Amino acid sequence: MNDRIIFDDVSKFYGEVLGVNRISLSIPPGITTLVGPNGSGKTTLMNLMTGLVQPSSGHISVLGLSPGNATEFFSKVGYCSQFDSFPRGITGFDFLMDSLMLHGMDEVVAFGLAAEALERVQLGQAAGRRIAGYSKGMRQKIRLAQAIAHHPRVLVLDEPLNGLDPMARADSLALFEELGRQGMHLLISSHILDEVDRISDRVVLITGGYLIAEGNIHQVRQEVRDKPIQVLIRCDHPELLAARMFEVNHCVEARLHADGRGVFLRTGDIDQFYSLLNGIAMEGLVKIETVAPADDDANAIYQYLIGSDGSAS
Amino acid sequence: MLEKAAMVRSYLVRQPWGLWWMQGWRLTRIEVRRNLFSWKASWIYFLAFIPTFIIFIHLVVETHPSIAMADDTNILAGIVQFYYLRLGVFFGCLGIFSRLIRGEMIERSLHYYLLSPVRREVLLLAKFAAGSFSALLLFGSAIIADFALMYAGYGAAGRDFIFNGPGLGQLQAYLSIVILACLGYGAVFLLLSMIFRNPTPAAMLVLGWEAINPVLPSLLQKISVASYLRHLMPVNVPGEGIFALLTVQTEPVSGWAAALGLLLLIGAVLSYSCYRIRTLEIRYTTE
Repeated sequence: MNDRIIFDDVSKFYGEVLGVNRISLSIPPGITTLVGPNGSGKTTLMNLMTGLVQPSSGHISVLGLSPGNATEFFSKVGYCSQFDSFPRGITGFDFLMDSLMLHGMDEVVAFGLAAEALERVQLGQAAGRRIAGYSKGMRQKIRLAQAIAHHPRVLVLDEPLNGLDPMARADSLALFEELGRQGMHLLISSHILDEVDRISDRVVLITGGYLIAEGNIHQVRQEVRDKPIQVLIRCDHPELLAARMFEVNHCVEARLHADGRGVFLRTGDIDQFYSLLNGIAMEGLVKIETVAPADDDANAIYQYLIGSDGSAS
Repeated sequence: MLEKAAMVRSYLVRQPWGLWWMQGWRLTRIEVRRNLFSWKASWIYFLAFIPTFIIFIHLVVETHPSIAMADDTNILAGIVQFYYLRLGVFFGCLGIFSRLIRGEMIERSLHYYLLSPVRREVLLLAKFAAGSFSALLLFGSAIIADFALMYAGYGAAGRDFIFNGPGLGQLQAYLSIVILACLGYGAVFLLLSMIFRNPTPAAMLVLGWEAINPVLPSLLQKISVASYLRHLMPVNVPGEGIFALLTVQTEPVSGWAAALGLLLLIGAVLSYSCYRIRTLEIRYTTE
């Protein structure tokens, strides 16, 4: 069976307003982050994928299934949407039980799965309380519990870290990592790029309804060749190193690290840069401790490709 | 032709009917629990039982000479025809059925159902079943209570009218009318609530259509819930003034034909609703 999420030339128009335009993606298992400014089409992509909205053109399949075949599709897919609303007067536990019972499982099995999901999001204590009395973070958690309770193979998470405190964020990220390791598909949209960056296998950058880039974060960064790459070098004489680099390499920027024991260098020719760095290290003029790319994360790619104003550059 | 029939049969046999039935049953239970037993539904209780309250007052304060029983029978028939069919069941069903889809869109909770492993047709039919159960429970019990209270004051004569006379037959007819009215208006309002953001103006048009329907051409009369129900009334209510329009006897139709016609109309409306829900989109921001 097909193990990919496939968007085949998918467009969505809300009347005359563009939602997404001619998106083609083939997403393998693992954690994929959707990155883009507000209104870029992230939620539209997720809603299209789960059938909450219909594509104006193109075709979507998830593990070879379409949302039209709801019985099979939603036994394999869980969607934690951004809609912060619930059926009236319901408790957290009943919310999960109602949801699980619709899968056709008997009450004992549903009870076990509901308890397990509540445990995973650490909401067991509040399960008997009405959701109307939950905090924003708890409502986020109960939505997450509902999405994972039936052990889906594909988990779609729209801003899953919103409203969570730092501890809960860390727990959620650990849960996502664990689910990703288990071979699940996780499609996450989030504004908290630093945190999702740590766990993502690949990114999909989107703005104004258009796909800007997709793939492994490091690959995407290297493909952005017109933007100088920034490298952090930890060494004993950062100012000396910066001066040598400016002499011979196409360095366009140097910035000392706040602790004075490193320098951020920005270069337009990374291959020549590394070659010169090796030479300087061999000379023994500067004792180099570590060398690491400083801007091949989702945040930097976002800045380069989309910019702080949300318009693709 | 035979091959096609065999293919259709094979397709139908392969479908998970048992699962759909179970999901439908569970959805119906959830919907009844959420919608019937809520404070928001209290005005529908009021609509259903206000005649019961008035008849109860009538039972307590009026004397009941046997001679007045024929008048009370006509009054009860008038209550069913003018109040329940034109107002109580009409607006009650509007409140119950338009809440099932549109209400959940306004409250932004419909997506949970659309993201569950339930075919949308099963979801729609289960919601219709839940709405019908709620409406029938309310209006059916109100009609039974009205009937019992109307004749309770007549003592032995009343019991004789009910058990040895036409009483039980009339009650059966009223209940059939209420059942068909709930199903008919329910199907219409469920569809309207999917088409319109605010189904009330459209419902007012339906109310007007139902009122003028008796004077419309024969073909158009068939697109009306009340026109079918009129033929099932066990007691003819003499209408005067504006009420005369509501009691116009249209083409004579047998009770069975009227019931079958209405069921076909309900089936057609539900089929179109199933088609509509297949393409229903969640766009809460436009609600």
